[in-house]
Amino acid sequence: MLAKCGMKSIDELYADVPEQLLLKRDYDVASEMSEKEVRDFFRDLDAKNKPLTCFAGQGFYHRYSPSAVNYILGRSEFLTAYTPYQPEISQGTLQYIFEYQSMMASLTGLEVSNASMYDGSTATAEALIMTVAASRKKKRVLVSATMLPHVIKVAQTYALNHGVEITVIDEENGVTSRSRISEELAKGDVAGVAVATPNRYGILEDYTGLADEVHGAKALLVMYANAADLGVIRTPGEWNADIAVGDAQSLGMPLNFGGPYLGYLCATKALMRKMPGRIVGATTDDMGQRVFVLTLQAREQHIRREKATSNICSNQGLMALYVSVYLSLLGPDGLRQLCMTGHAGAVKLSQMLVETGKVSLTYPDKPFLNEFLVTTTEPVDLIIERCVKAGVLPGVKVDDNHLLIAVTEMQTVDDYNKLCQLISNP
Amino acid sequence: MNRKFYSNLIFDLSRKGRKGYRLPDTGCGASLEGIPANLLRESAPELPEVDEPSVVRHFTNLSTNNFGVDTGFYPLGSCTMKYNPKINEEMAALPNMSALHPLTPAAAAQGALEAYFTLQELLCEIGGMSEFTLNPFAGAHGELTGLMVIRAYHRSRGDMKRDTVIVPDSAHGTNPASAAVAGLKVVEVKSLPDGTVDVEALKPLLNDRVAAMMMTNPNTLGIFETRIPEIAAMVHEAGGLMYYDGANINPLVGVTRPGDMGFDVMHINLHKTFSTPHGGGGPGSGPVGVRKGLEQFLPSPRVVKLDDGTFALDSPETSLGQVSNLLGNFAVELRALAYILSLGKEGLREVGPMATLAANYIKESLRDLYRLPVDRVCKHEFVFDGLADKSTGVTTLNVAKRLLDFGFHAPTIYFPLLFHESLMIEPTETENLDTLNDFIKVMRQIADEAANNPDLVKNAPHDTPVRHPDDTAAALTPRVTVADLKSNDL
Amino acid sequence: MKTLYSPTHEYVKVDGNIAYIGISDYAQHALGNIVYVDMPEQGDDLTAGEEFGAVESVKAASDLYSPVSGAVIESNEQLIDNPGLINKDAENTWIIKVELTDPSELDKLMDEEAYRKHCEAEAAH
Repeated sequence: MLAKCGMKSIDELYADVPEQLLLKRDYDVASEMSEKEVRDFFRDLDAKNKPLTCFAGQGFYHRYSPSAVNYILGRSEFLTAYTPYQPEISQGTLQYIFEYQSMMASLTGLEVSNASMYDGSTATAEALIMTVAASRKKKRVLVSATMLPHVIKVAQTYALNHGVEITVIDEENGVTSRSRISEELAKGDVAGVAVATPNRYGILEDYTGLADEVHGAKALLVMYANAADLGVIRTPGEWNADIAVGDAQSLGMPLNFGGPYLGYLCATKALMRKMPGRIVGATTDDMGQRVFVLTLQAREQHIRREKATSNICSNQGLMALYVSVYLSLLGPDGLRQLCMTGHAGAVKLSQMLVETGKVSLTYPDKPFLNEFLVTTTEPVDLIIERCVKAGVLPGVKVDDNHLLIAVTEMQTVDDYNKLCQLISNP
Repeated sequence: MNRKFYSNLIFDLSRKGRKGYRLPDTGCGASLEGIPANLLRESAPELPEVDEPSVVRHFTNLSTNNFGVDTGFYPLGSCTMKYNPKINEEMAALPNMSALHPLTPAAAAQGALEAYFTLQELLCEIGGMSEFTLNPFAGAHGELTGLMVIRAYHRSRGDMKRDTVIVPDSAHGTNPASAAVAGLKVVEVKSLPDGTVDVEALKPLLNDRVAAMMMTNPNTLGIFETRIPEIAAMVHEAGGLMYYDGANINPLVGVTRPGDMGFDVMHINLHKTFSTPHGGGGPGSGPVGVRKGLEQFLPSPRVVKLDDGTFALDSPETSLGQVSNLLGNFAVELRALAYILSLGKEGLREVGPMATLAANYIKESLRDLYRLPVDRVCKHEFVFDGLADKSTGVTTLNVAKRLLDFGFHAPTIYFPLLFHESLMIEPTETENLDTLNDFIKVMRQIADEAANNPDLVKNAPHDTPVRHPDDTAAALTPRVTVADLKSNDL
Repeated sequence: MKTLYSPTHEYVKVDGNIAYIGISDYAQHALGNIVYVDMPEQGDDLTAGEEFGAVESVKAASDLYSPVSGAVIESNEQLIDNPGLINKDAENTWIIKVELTDPSELDKLMDEEAYRKHCEAEAAH
């Protein structure tokens, strides 16, 4: 090979690199490992994590991941493929993304979906930037304080750098202050408004009339929801939102300490060409077959460069496949049953917890799906510490005396009993 | 590949009442009791109703319409399509890692935090940086995060007017797009005919508005920017920082480090350099590294090692804030960690040189038939400006599509924009000599066909399940969901 | 109606104080099959040189810059369903109609001959 290149040594390949830049030593890294040694190394690490019965949520839920989904994700024709730039040899990827887009559009009650994004928080940030771009001249957006904390934080990071002003709308009794939204909209400079359902406390907020008010101020409504919950809750489309965003982790994706998950972004057809990310569309080939291609690419970074609607290159391809297979297995009834199972469990556990006398429901008059906030008498940190020792993650700390508890199909009444005992007995 | 093209939609297989999943019995049943009707959806979502065997068969058939690294060679320039070792998949799916909730208290997640911290340290050594964050989700997200670090640095000094990023005209489109999302203006610096940065043209662009200069090295032509120390010194002199786009770092692994070249901030694509699978477009991972003095601006949370040897999360006040839900695509990070540990110092030493040798070998083996606009030793990739013989009318697109007939993925085409017929080839170090020779043989045959039977190449591909999709019709009448198909008769 | 051109390949045809703005035949040719035209809303005020929309083909996009200042009276709705009209007859397919506020701006634009030379110079580049 070297002879073909007219060289005598490998060093000649780097003859153009200035001498002082050459490393001339090995990295300070351990020696190569066999598979067996790699496996041992990881097994030791794995053993340092403590398995816990998980009642934690706040946007991320422990759900069952069906074997068939993981089997399909392991197909290396999917796993080791690049972004489907060559449609002739990428119909597998293109078609599952098309199926994903169809399912997400129907789940959210909106007309179009992109091919997916990193996660719910970045999808929200991009949706807010999208409202600003669509307004052409406005620079301010409103974000409800009842959105998930990490979603607000990521949106603030993006906004600060991009030059978008975020006004956080206060909460009142666990829900978005509608009067504050009205006051801010009246100023006439708002491009978009973002709210969540359920919100950060698990509460299903009533957004009756909100879309009309937002549209009346020539702004766009962005609504955040966990994908699984859309099996039963009133959809962003039914609330007349313009953009729906959220995370699809709740569709049984392994928690994986934070990722990979999938952010979805759906919108009305009018906003299709303002959407960030990839979009797959149907067309025909010269044999008359229905086939799929990446379409509307003129919006994207590789063509528009600094004028692109976003810098995103990824679609979360493999995780979009996850969604397609998962939702195909569950179907509309399975997804509904899944949500109802979580709700029934959450109702039961909340009653059991209140009966202990150690905690109370923070917002007893507010409807919830599968997650609820309790007010504790004991400091939350102590509760968490005691529970973790006993193999239970009791929820997510909201503050010193508020604990957010989520229930899915993964915990049983025996687990509820154990949690109640742990909370009762300091 | 399938002889017969499988194109049923999962929705076509739907039959009322079927399902492929049974829910566990929690002991509490299922209900929506207590939720007001106006907070529930009015109509059921249109999801398919399919049994498990049909679901598995559908997606397995779809997979056979796909090409992946495990199917064949992917000489896709700037994409670094390496073989993805299978052990990495298993190491990313260990039970106590994959079940970890992101908000698990640190005490119960020590193994995961240690894995994260270990990879952070390894990347510091490989990049010549002081600190790394693994939180960004992808290369583009890393660029955005890195630029935010740079903005936070300038803001911390009260230097508020730096609003410009200098980007070479040969850069990946993502660079200017990331700059724009980060709220920065883009100024392009011209390239010389050999594709390297025109240092003379750079000088007048440097002023007190410059926040940073973004560069890949080697550049998108696979040429090493030999004047990089001088460029870095000039940018630093003007008060700006140097950003290293790690998209092209593969040929430098084991040879030289961005930190030693004078870069202050960098990202690296774990899905390229460290072989995590591309997954049809994601998930990726784009860790960001910084030199000493910038670590306090990295995104929150940070994973730190305490004096007692345990690991914890930290969110310093000076941080630019949060860019992702927590610690990025953690399971992707685990795969990259397994890859680096497998290679060890002996394997890492070989990565750059072997990738570079493979690229030069292909270049030298084809340069008589394809036009080589920049005739220099390349690094991991190089660019042809189409076929040498322009009289046949055969374009780069035709050559790319003809390659598909021979079971190869197409190279990157029509990028960089510096030439009309760019054909960008990157073989990577994981391909053996037989594969490289097979590819060379096919490329030579295509050049021969272009001369003797040009229509054969112009009408390619011939043997793929799908041929010549109508892109214009797709964009003119977007059909992006199954509902659009129903209303549009397709 | 006299046709004037901008360096960014928009044309202007003036009828009284109404300007019809579109893209030149040279520009449509360079872009290829046009699949979408992004147009401003009626009533938007434009200043000369300001971006007012974009023309997209399958693999390229070009921003549109208004050669003149004024308010948008109308966007060509035919282009919503049939953007290919621009490929068929670019210089008789206007994209927006603008009510001129400063007719003197027209003096800065190129006539047909000057524009032809401008395109030749650009192609040679």
